[in-house]
Amino acid sequence: MLLSIAALVVVVPILVVIATIVVRGLAAISWEFLFGMPRDGMKAGGIFPAIVGTILLVLGTAVAAIPIGVGGAIYLSEYARDNAFTRSIRLAIVNLAGIPSVVYGLFGLGMFVLFLRFGTSILAGALTLAIMTLPIVISTSEEALLSVPTEFRTVSASLGGTRWQGISRIVLPQALPGIITGVILGLLRAAGETAPILFTVAAFYLPRLPRSVFDQTMALPYHLYVISTQVPGMPLSIQYGTALVLLVLVLSLNLTATLIRSYYRRRRQW
Amino acid sequence: MNQSQRKGLSEFFLESLVRIAGFSTVGFVILIFLYLLQQGVPAFVRVSPANLFGKSWYPTLNSFGTLPLILGSILVTLTAMIIAVPLGVATAVFVREIAPNWAREILKPMIEVLAGIPSVLLGFFGMLLLSPVIYRLGAPTGLTAFTGALLLAYMSLPTIISVAEDALDAVPKSYRDAGLAMGATQWQTVWRVVVPAARSGIITAIMLGLGRAIGETMAVMMVTGNAARMPLTPNSLFSPARTMTATIAAEMGEVARGSTHYHVLFGIAIILFVLTFLINLTAAQSLFQKRRKGGLR
Repeated sequence: MLLSIAALVVVVPILVVIATIVVRGLAAISWEFLFGMPRDGMKAGGIFPAIVGTILLVLGTAVAAIPIGVGGAIYLSEYARDNAFTRSIRLAIVNLAGIPSVVYGLFGLGMFVLFLRFGTSILAGALTLAIMTLPIVISTSEEALLSVPTEFRTVSASLGGTRWQGISRIVLPQALPGIITGVILGLLRAAGETAPILFTVAAFYLPRLPRSVFDQTMALPYHLYVISTQVPGMPLSIQYGTALVLLVLVLSLNLTATLIRSYYRRRRQW
Repeated sequence: MNQSQRKGLSEFFLESLVRIAGFSTVGFVILIFLYLLQQGVPAFVRVSPANLFGKSWYPTLNSFGTLPLILGSILVTLTAMIIAVPLGVATAVFVREIAPNWAREILKPMIEVLAGIPSVLLGFFGMLLLSPVIYRLGAPTGLTAFTGALLLAYMSLPTIISVAEDALDAVPKSYRDAGLAMGATQWQTVWRVVVPAARSGIITAIMLGLGRAIGETMAVMMVTGNAARMPLTPNSLFSPARTMTATIAAEMGEVARGSTHYHVLFGIAIILFVLTFLINLTAAQSLFQKRRKGGLR
């Protein structure tokens, strides 16, 4: 039927993109590529610093975004009343979600790199990515918390528990899978974004691992961007290889989130 | 303090903590906006409006005409929407109303995969594999506004599809049953009863997709050719163009802090911020109204 054509037009190119990158990138993958340092202006050797950099950035983002995000979600689902204050928070979340990534990059540059004098650093990059990830974490966490039936809270209260005891011991653990799924989806976005880290942390040819949180680092998305657009004579295999590593990272996070979600959906007690 | 008073204090403390966490979102939005304003306003002071809204963008020659950039963004985004909206709504209708369960189990994860693909990856693919195709189809070069629009469409599709799906989901089953009971076929029920009932949700989906498309940076930067020309003829669709987002990303690295160019780039960021703010505000209104009314959208 006609409509199925639409669905096919949407889905088939996705498969084509993934298949192409896998097929052409596989050739470049080797132990040295994944764990070796870059050499010769990036035209040879490995991308290990970029992989490490991305992982560090994702960890930093998680540390910064999870407390504020889950905390905010708890406030919205458990404490907030329907007043102007709450509406302004929801409006702010929708807006944060919509801000272009390059504007986040600019803000990160001005606020963290320059004003707070963190310099081009992992700290600046992670904080910028954290603000960008915040709306996703809050929205999905709130949904997870709201999906826990009210009975859980009323029973806890009837047994003499305070509000916070009810939240921390009953509601939160029940909502945890949903929250974790949301966090992983947010982190996967942070892992793949280039514009926010363009001005705040990314370095191109840094053939050593970052030494501290105030250090610059290579990162996978930025790396892919530079080697495919700015470096003449970059072997195609390395480009596809880097693309493949990024793709695998993103897809495995995606898969993890989906698996967690479906596993706990089946085990759910309500 | 007795135990009950201590509990009360820690309850208050924890509640304040999460309240601050919630409010931090508002704080961040205000902070970002104020910072953009602070850095961008000097542009409006130092550069005359005639220059700022002129037609030629040559920052090194002090010509800061942003019109080609604004029109470039509009051209690429609009084309992307023309492609994405019919595709997205049709796919949402298909997945929600018509597809058999096995198809749904495959489609939904695939759309989520698309949502997760980083823009730089799509841009990479577009640059190396899509633009030669466009070139061979007759365009002067493969890096055109159309190539960018195509990539942009695919990036907005997951947003449009999932919000539209939610809207269709919210239409009560009784509507469908009533349509069928009146003798309508499934096709007629879907297009004349369900979809109109989900209309406001679908519009929200389109607006959110639009907001996503305007703000996209890397994918368009890699395939639109980055030529700041005025896209005034129909041919412009198949010629290079430049978006506001690409301009900021490309030039921010090379600009001297505090120079006029620097401030103008922040001015462009203000335009982007305001645009997405307005679009999201409108979309949010309909989202909030949904929550209050419940039932029928």
